[in-house]
Amino acid sequence: MTLGRSASQWELGGRTWTSRLIAGTGGFRSLEQMEQALQAAGAEIVTVALRRIDPDAKGSVLDVLDRLGLVALPNTAGCYTARDAVNTARLAREAFETDWIKLEVIGDDRTLFPDAVELLDAAEALVGEGFTVLPYTNDDPILARRLEEAGCAAVMPLGSPIGSGAGIRNPYNIAIIADRAAVPVVLDAGIGTASDAALAMELGCDAVMAASSIFGAADPAAMASALRLGVEAGYAARRAGRIPRRTHAEASTPEQGLPELS
Amino acid sequence: MRIELNGSPRELAEGASLADAVRAAGADEARGVAVALDAEVCPRREWAQTQLAEGSRVEVLAAIQGGAEDVTRFVSAPSRRTRR
Repeated sequence: MTLGRSASQWELGGRTWTSRLIAGTGGFRSLEQMEQALQAAGAEIVTVALRRIDPDAKGSVLDVLDRLGLVALPNTAGCYTARDAVNTARLAREAFETDWIKLEVIGDDRTLFPDAVELLDAAEALVGEGFTVLPYTNDDPILARRLEEAGCAAVMPLGSPIGSGAGIRNPYNIAIIADRAAVPVVLDAGIGTASDAALAMELGCDAVMAASSIFGAADPAAMASALRLGVEAGYAARRAGRIPRRTHAEASTPEQGLPELS
Repeated sequence: MRIELNGSPRELAEGASLADAVRAAGADEARGVAVALDAEVCPRREWAQTQLAEGSRVEVLAAIQGGAEDVTRFVSAPSRRTRR
């Protein structure tokens, strides 16, 4: 099967995208390093955050994103309650002039796992205010369904804890979520290397979000490129239709016609 | 007039507006900036007409580089949002 560019396009929030890798912008040593990595990732959507203004900050992340033609997806990183997340989303809408929001409502600072109750509350409120809500969620198929029913434009289940690089700890749940969802599924958090990204796509995810696996790599731009290839390979393999796993061997060469040599 | 600007006390002229506070916070352009007055979001078009009062709490926020992974760097910062 030949995969043309159009074959790999996907829709999110009413727009069509070519890249299936969403990148974070945080953690880089410099804006230059970030720019190189984002280019290597081939990302079209990148996440940004809001914090108290730093008058001494040099250069603006938005300038770089504008220059590269990337879409900024603001997040609610650091929010622990639905109330904080909703307020942060409203601020982000003012700052970035977008109604897209990557909704993160964290349960505690050790695991950074989402707080399911607060998350669903915030999602319902923000959908009601007209936001395009992209929630970072647990690898829980029921919660994913509830978020979809609440009107979220995608679900973004974690593979493993944020920044852990532990890959996809529960591939069965991710496959169930991807199988059931009518909205795009973006694997968020836990990606460590290219094979994790490929696995996410093989499990049926529509896209992958990566941040610390890129900025934390010894060579961020090289890893960004590797993740892009991993996403493409996984997507192609998913479409190709893999063979089933078996316990025992299955010979590919027929036994018929074997000569008797003893 | 004494207000609280991004968590620190700040002296502004009597009759200062929210736009004055935004400038005082160091925002040299409005793009990518969002403002909350007493924990309520204030749209950009209202900054100039919005008068501050003694003790007003103003948050001036700007875009920073961020991925989900950055959370760990902020949870210990002074601006940490805690469960209420």
